[in-house]
Amino acid sequence: MRLYGKYFMIHLKSIMEYKTSFFFTCLGQFLVSFNVFLGVYFMFQRFSHVEGFTYNEVLLCFSITLMEFSLAEAFARGFDLFPSMIRQGEFDRIMVRPRNEIFQVLGAHIEFTRIGRFLQAIVMFIWGFSVSNVHWTLPKILTVILMIAGGSVVFSGLFLLYASICFFTLEGLEFMNIFTDGAREYGKYPVCIYGKHILFLCTFVVPYALIQYYPLLYVLGRGKTYYALLPVAACLFLFPCLLFWKIGVRHYTSCGS
Amino acid sequence: MIKVEHVCKTYKVSKRNAGFSSALKALFHKEYELIHALDDVSFTISEGEMVGYIGPNGAGKSSTIKILSGILTPEEGICQIDGLTPWKNRIQHVKNIGVVFGQRTQLWWDVPVLDSFELLKEIYRIDPLTYRRNLEHLSHMLNLSELLKTPVRQLSLGQRMRCEIAASLLHNPKILFLDEPTIGLDAVSKLAVRDFILQLNKEKNITVILTTHDMQDIEALTNRVILIGKGKVLLDGTLEDIRKDFDSTEEALAQFYRSHQI
Amino acid sequence: MRKYLAFFRLRFSMDLQYRAAAFAGILTQFVWGAMEILMFRAFYQADPSAFPMSLEATASYVWMQQAFLALFMAWMMDNDIFDSIANGNIAYELCRPINIYRMWFARSLAGRLAKALLRSLPILLTALFLPAPYGLMLPVSLDAFLLSFLTLLLGTGVTVSFCMLVYMATFFTISPMGIRIIAVSGVEFLSGAVIPLPFFPDGIRHILELLPFASMQNVPLRIYSGDLAGAAMWQAVFLQVFWLIALTLLGEFLNMLAMKRVTLQGG
Repeated sequence: MRLYGKYFMIHLKSIMEYKTSFFFTCLGQFLVSFNVFLGVYFMFQRFSHVEGFTYNEVLLCFSITLMEFSLAEAFARGFDLFPSMIRQGEFDRIMVRPRNEIFQVLGAHIEFTRIGRFLQAIVMFIWGFSVSNVHWTLPKILTVILMIAGGSVVFSGLFLLYASICFFTLEGLEFMNIFTDGAREYGKYPVCIYGKHILFLCTFVVPYALIQYYPLLYVLGRGKTYYALLPVAACLFLFPCLLFWKIGVRHYTSCGS
Repeated sequence: MIKVEHVCKTYKVSKRNAGFSSALKALFHKEYELIHALDDVSFTISEGEMVGYIGPNGAGKSSTIKILSGILTPEEGICQIDGLTPWKNRIQHVKNIGVVFGQRTQLWWDVPVLDSFELLKEIYRIDPLTYRRNLEHLSHMLNLSELLKTPVRQLSLGQRMRCEIAASLLHNPKILFLDEPTIGLDAVSKLAVRDFILQLNKEKNITVILTTHDMQDIEALTNRVILIGKGKVLLDGTLEDIRKDFDSTEEALAQFYRSHQI
Repeated sequence: MRKYLAFFRLRFSMDLQYRAAAFAGILTQFVWGAMEILMFRAFYQADPSAFPMSLEATASYVWMQQAFLALFMAWMMDNDIFDSIANGNIAYELCRPINIYRMWFARSLAGRLAKALLRSLPILLTALFLPAPYGLMLPVSLDAFLLSFLTLLLGTGVTVSFCMLVYMATFFTISPMGIRIIAVSGVEFLSGAVIPLPFFPDGIRHILELLPFASMQNVPLRIYSGDLAGAAMWQAVFLQVFWLIALTLLGEFLNMLAMKRVTLQGG
């Protein structure tokens, strides 16, 4: 933990060297997801509800997904940049140090600019929170916290998976974007609107529904009680990802001299 | 100290020809080629030795260093360093080694050198007393005191290399791997680096394994030379064994490469 | 002309080499498109009467959009160009007997066409065989098909010439990043990349359709699906031509100013 603190401070110091660039990247992050928000907004100017969800409820869903994603992205950013870490031999350096590799990759990049996206998620959440008809109780608030924590874990697992693939391909596979950026993008609506098949995939293959749709139903007072605990089950997703990473490290073939 | 027996490492490399039509062809059918980077390599190095590990580009130097430092896992062979197998006991093993890759940096680009050092202190769990003593000692020997407060991107290559070497030694490693440590340095910096390595070996009895293309590095630093070509050890002996009747080591080496067609 | 063609060939064979990346990209866009259509379906089912296009036309819009993504995405700018302005490598280019604006224009155009050529066909073919209303419709008529092809090229031209304005603007600012970010996210939204323009409220939409952003992907995609036809269509085509000329002229003008500046300041 102390080591992570050190990494954190170094990144903070580095960023302070490039204040304007930092500001604009934050702004960019904000605008990109603001566009998505506007898209939702204009859709609901035309339609009053979708699959039984109102605008306010979708807003709640969108903001929670966005928070999950931006947290994971801020801290697990090292995995996102992993192809370039391999290409530039940064991973060799990590391997010659007496610490866990995953931990070092996490420390190698911490992305403060994701605060732009996170801030927007918070504003949207507060807005959605205040206008929603939800009767907030302690269990419901805890469920939301659980969703955010579980969601960050699932997204981090996906980033880890993306990085593990690089051991074999040496370049990032654009395909994985579907599961990370794509999930963020389409997680703006509750997963059920995409139909039964997608909901099935998102429950049993990649557990998006467990961190979004089901617990959301509970929070909105429409779901069973045990739905509130599903984000915990979603965390199991991390284990196969870790296993895949271990295999990848053994297969690692470095790069050039 | 270091024992390497029958180590083999192969890579699968995709073949690609230039040109438009072959690019199109490669889209549907890709040809692979197996490259034997290391083919039955064996040697032993004892404690406190300084060994030059040389060979032409692509001979397998880097692969060896990477196996010895626990980065790569070979397909076959045994490697024991201080009783540990690098790729199996990675974390235990790397506590005892220091690695300098001459063409890469381990320092953080935008912050003062000292911040990178402090981070290494945490990574290697160096206790404060040892850290302070080593830091003082190293900055005295390498003349770093002026540089420690400067962000790395403002350092010259020679200054940076001195800091890189110091960074690899903060945790008192028993073995130091130097991968082309003098590449691109000016004459003064080269001499400074060489002097320091000699002194370090004398004082602390650190085992040093050095890869380089600079024969003067080898002449100045090592007695023993391991020459590798096409993944095989071609010669394990002294510099004189290579030089024989030639005037310069460089010429002798070029002749040697030619006669072995590497 | 031949030297600009050389850029194109180089670019195309460079992109061809990354086989895995191309396959992965196609698959990505395919899934992306499918999710988009499923989302529109949900809204369609919620209230068919509020849906401004037919579901078939929307699906075709989405598939065409995914297939030709590379032609219209504003964020696909060439980082080399930004870097060469920032670090002064631009001096190299100035030594060559070539107009910088046109060279970069050719280079950007080549990059986009090469990417799209490689990726569009598999997506379009697969989408054609999907069942209605989720698949790509056959074009409503030969005229619509030809015209959508023509406007596709015009739209690409408008996109590139807009991006050129952003490159040119970097000559005049200290921090090009800001302009770039705002321009990119503006284009994204106003061109109908987030939601197609017909889904905007009518008042806003009438204004948007006059802006250069509507001349990018909006026109060809909607002509293909038959959503844009008749007088409105011809007006849109006319606007495309107008914006292409206007943006290019403005770009060339900025280029001239920039070159004066660079040579005056000595790089």
